[in-house]
Amino acid sequence: MAAAKTFRVLPGFNITLGFTLAYLSLIVLIPLSAVFLKTTELGLDQFWNVVSAPRVVATYKLSFGLSLLAAAINTVFGLMLAWALVRYSFPGKRLVDALVDLPFALPTAVAGIALTALYAKNGWIGQYLDPLGIQVAFKPLGILVALVFIGLPFVVRTVQPILEDLDTELEEAATSLGARRWQIFRHVILPILLPALLTGFALAFARAVGEYGSVIFIAGNIPMVSEITPLMIITKLEQYDYAGATAIATVMLMLSFTLLLVINGLQAWTSKRTGRDR
Amino acid sequence: MKLSLIHRSLLALALGAGLIGSTHAQTTLLNVSYDPTRELYHEYNAEFARYWKEKTGEDLTVRQSHGGSGKQARSVIDGLEGDVVTLALAYDIDAIAEKAGKLPADWQKRLPHNSAPYTSTIVFLVRKGNPKNIRDWEDLVKPGVEVITPNPKTSGGARWNYLAAWGYALKKSGGSEETARSYVTELLKHVPVLDPAARGATNSFVQRGLGDVLLAWENEAFLSVNELGPDKFEIVVPSVSILAEPPVAVVDAVTNKRGTGKTAQAYLEYLYSPVGQKLAAKHYYRPRKPELADPTHVARFPKVNFITIEDLGGWQAAQKKHFADGGVFDQIYAR
Repeated sequence: MAAAKTFRVLPGFNITLGFTLAYLSLIVLIPLSAVFLKTTELGLDQFWNVVSAPRVVATYKLSFGLSLLAAAINTVFGLMLAWALVRYSFPGKRLVDALVDLPFALPTAVAGIALTALYAKNGWIGQYLDPLGIQVAFKPLGILVALVFIGLPFVVRTVQPILEDLDTELEEAATSLGARRWQIFRHVILPILLPALLTGFALAFARAVGEYGSVIFIAGNIPMVSEITPLMIITKLEQYDYAGATAIATVMLMLSFTLLLVINGLQAWTSKRTGRDR
Repeated sequence: MKLSLIHRSLLALALGAGLIGSTHAQTTLLNVSYDPTRELYHEYNAEFARYWKEKTGEDLTVRQSHGGSGKQARSVIDGLEGDVVTLALAYDIDAIAEKAGKLPADWQKRLPHNSAPYTSTIVFLVRKGNPKNIRDWEDLVKPGVEVITPNPKTSGGARWNYLAAWGYALKKSGGSEETARSYVTELLKHVPVLDPAARGATNSFVQRGLGDVLLAWENEAFLSVNELGPDKFEIVVPSVSILAEPPVAVVDAVTNKRGTGKTAQAYLEYLYSPVGQKLAAKHYYRPRKPELADPTHVARFPKVNFITIEDLGGWQAAQKKHFADGGVFDQIYAR
């Protein structure tokens, strides 16, 4: 009855699956369920009061809005960077390639302090922006700058291998058939890159939502204006309100999870459509 | 010389036993403290170990842990085995008593002077020459003056700043709850950045050049001036300020388990001795018994009219009224 047995590299599907699940539970699910359990200390009413307080809602808007925006910016410029790194050779290319990973390696607090130093009124960049009436540090704009910084590597690193696999012959064929540059990009290259771009977007977004260290130095942290959701959690903890802190964490987790699910679904759909389904 | 395997094993065993033997006579204490006490306790620990050796013949090593006061209290609640805690405000030690029951609720009565062997107060750090001419609390709400202070909801130290401002407006002639609230509301309008911790606020003021005045603990203001150069900053002491009492306590649950109760108690009591008081004054904390400290150190502290936390109803009441969710601080920002 069974269809021809498919060949698997790893032996013992059951063992592999069991191990995967156990490992995932240990590393991800158990800590997360602790969060949910702690939240149950609150009644439903209290839970709702905590997570729907105006000041907390303002942080959701800021955190999720800016994270999406930062991920979008990184998608556009990450693609350009990856393109330049794959398609062109120039002196110092390896150095630039290595530089891309730097935001991964840098302790986030260091990144935050460095960015604040640059963009503060007396900083290298800030001193020129200030007379123009543009304030970056200690404003929501500063948060965006920090989130773009820490999210940069994700899109570059997910798109790069796909671009490397992409034959220039495809573009040459399209050109010979009379396609214009924009058409080639829109109809030939973009569909192939889209799944990788979406993955990069999702990773950059997820990282940005949870970011604390680099943002906190540049944010200004004024209630209702420039407070991020992770700061709300810390604020609750400082008041020994463990249940309140985990309540906000739960909301954050669920929001992030939903968004990631949507992005992953989108990614699967585009993969299928472009025939790069595996 | 060639040693057989057995010989070598025996030698290793003997060495191991020797090590165990020597650690046996060695007592250790862990002092869980907050950030700016690092230098003070570094010096005090050495002094106390010497004193303890003379008195009891016991070798003692005191280890220190530093961090934000609230974070340190949470670590102890979650199981960090601190024999003693020396934190920024009584509310944090109350939390250890309340949430974890690791010491009795009346811990603050167990040592003299509210269990605070040294005190400090809230002063203004301004830029050299005091360009905005800031002399007292009223000057902070003048047009164009920017004030840097950390967020009192996340920084224990900043709760003293906030309460100092509140207490000033409340106690001045004609002051009432309403005038205090409107003064603090006005003051917070002059705060461009609310850093989560005192270190961040100092950084914003000193490194980023943000603001005209930093509200700071006196001991930290002295440290900033000395470390960063007296040519850049100066200290302004307002007419009225709050008496900041950073308290100390033995964590009974830990000392009972580790059998270090007597040592821990002596460690804290020694803070009240001439040696402890001298060191506190040297590190810019106001000694409880100034007559025991070095007069040149004591002379650095100008006279201030103090408001105390008891004047404001004690920590539990102040916390509930001002900093709890929906409290005065939240109301001001929810306007």
